[in-house]
Amino acid sequence: MHRMVRAMAQSEQHFESSFAAFAGGLRAAPRSVFSYVLLATYVGIGALAHDLGFSLIWVCLSTILVWAAPAQVITISTLGTGSTLVQGAIAVALSGVRLLPMVVALLPRVRAPDTRWRALLLTAHLTAVSMWVESFRLGPGIAREWRVPFCNGLGIGLMSCAMTGTVLGFLLAGQLPGVLAAAVLFLTPISFLVSTANNSKLLVDRLALALGLGLAPVFAMAKVGLDILVTGLVAGTIAYVVHRLRKAAQ
Amino acid sequence: MTATLNDINPYLALVLVGFLPNEVWRWLGLLFSRGLDEDAELVVWVKAVATAILAAVVAQLIFAPPGALAAVPLAVRLGATATGFLTFLLIRRSVFAGVVAGEIALVAGALTFGPG
Repeated sequence: MHRMVRAMAQSEQHFESSFAAFAGGLRAAPRSVFSYVLLATYVGIGALAHDLGFSLIWVCLSTILVWAAPAQVITISTLGTGSTLVQGAIAVALSGVRLLPMVVALLPRVRAPDTRWRALLLTAHLTAVSMWVESFRLGPGIAREWRVPFCNGLGIGLMSCAMTGTVLGFLLAGQLPGVLAAAVLFLTPISFLVSTANNSKLLVDRLALALGLGLAPVFAMAKVGLDILVTGLVAGTIAYVVHRLRKAAQ
Repeated sequence: MTATLNDINPYLALVLVGFLPNEVWRWLGLLFSRGLDEDAELVVWVKAVATAILAAVVAQLIFAPPGALAAVPLAVRLGATATGFLTFLLIRRSVFAGVVAGEIALVAGALTFGPG
């Protein structure tokens, strides 16, 4: 029995200190495919902020404080195109709802009984699609007492890639010839579309994605106002109703 | 209710519009992380709405793009999006392959049909 427990413990990675675990997470970040997706996505965000008249410091601060590409794109595009603050805030709040279940699912799997509230507050702040997916992939291989510092290091490492992209995109936007500037701006929609499709494993999410893509131009042309919110609520609710009807039929 | 970026400091706008409405969900997640069931019906609906909002943002950026991307014809933007998405589906659901293929298609299309 003791031998079995020891064997199980040995299959999990241990660290000398919280700092070493944090450094381990930091080192894992560049080995993740998400580093490159983030770099690309944030080149797009940096370029978008540049083109809509924000400063480099402002967009870097948005990467640190918001740390969610969709919310950043919404913030930059609503504020930058003269939408009201209230409309921007509502759209950001709706886009951020997905963070709640992600945090709820992640924290119980990484925290140890003696984990400090402050460390968890950082883990919660660093929770974004990239960090969440990688924490679920790598977390089980780390001994529980080191998971929170490891995941925090991983999150900071991924955020560093995003910061690099933000600065690059901002600086490149003013310099690049037309076609390449367009290519940089195209990074945001294409990487969002493909990574959202990749995260949509269930029919309800795939349907919401397809309906959202299809209905957005319709609502935009109908000039109903708040079209991103309306599209999200209508398409998401239709997808959910279909999901409920299918469940009831089974 | 009608205030825009012109009416307040841009850093205050970042905190009020970008940071707080987004971060509050992480704080609530921290508070609820001992209770909520990941498969609860409310969570399913919320996730569907969140996914559709992302889709709407993508559509907006393709149909009404900012800056230099607006100079690329709509047909090229749509074709590049479709190319990226199909490549993602065909090549083992690789996000990286999809993004690269979409970008190549956009640049090739813009060079062939001219950015505006």
